Amino acid sequence: MNSPRPTGVPILRLGDVLVTGLLNELDDRSAVAFTDELTERIVADSARGVLIDISRLEIIDSFVARTLMELTTMSRLLGARVIVAGMRPAVAITLVELGIQLTGVETALNAEQGLIALGWQRTPEGPGRDHVR
Amino acid sequence: MTMSDERILHRARPTGTQVTVSRSYDVRSDDDLLTVRHAVRAATVECGFGLVDQTRVVTAASELARNAYIHGGGGTLTVELLTRPGAGGIRLVIKDEGPGIPDIAAAMTDGWTSGNGLGHGLGGARRLMEEFHLDTRPGAGTTVTATRWTTP
Repeated sequence: MNSPRPTGVPILRLGDVLVTGLLNELDDRSAVAFTDELTERIVADSARGVLIDISRLEIIDSFVARTLMELTTMSRLLGARVIVAGMRPAVAITLVELGIQLTGVETALNAEQGLIALGWQRTPEGPGRDHVR
Repeated sequence: MTMSDERILHRARPTGTQVTVSRSYDVRSDDDLLTVRHAVRAATVECGFGLVDQTRVVTAASELARNAYIHGGGGTLTVELLTRPGAGGIRLVIKDEGPGIPDIAAAMTDGWTSGNGLGHGLGGARRLMEEFHLDTRPGAGTTVTATRWTTP
């Protein structure tokens, strides 16, 4: 019906997993547009998992937190599991003091751990093992 | 958008606090919210805050600026760099001419929201800053003043 406004946030597909990341410069409207775009991609690509890298987010305020929680719920309703990866320690401390727990949002230390949780595995041996990131 | 940049303002403060820099920014659009975050981040670095304190202050500024933008119909944020014996500090003054907050106690309560946030904006911002003052009257707008000091 309405095609989402392009946000400039790349969403990559690796098998049945979508990989994307939020940038620090994301404004409120783009965050909402990103939610629309990602949910459409989950359906279009039949994704079962979504990895959202947030290692470049320097702050998470209550608006971004709400966006992440809604995105997680919407994706789950569409059959995809979301993992939010790479939160900075200072951001985690600040979120707790704000009183926000990101209820329902699964997290991982970094993108690699998030991908592993979503079923991606390092090659157990061989020269390629360090290439997974 | 910087509206003013006055340096070396001397104001009488009871605690010997001096305002060394004062800069004001419009808070009237999504882009302004980003501008404010950058400006406050730069000011916290200028003040000598560590990374966690920088993040606290920028997050509080983001909450308060969004409140003024969403609920207050837009306003201004003034960032003041402070000095007092043994410490530096930053003061955020967020002012709007919106409808005001009818029930302050409710608005400060976590989970209470009249907008599209999580209802942690005001109460959260107060916890992230050390001094917090809310001045609001129905029909006469809202001014929030929030300060954090560096630990020596």
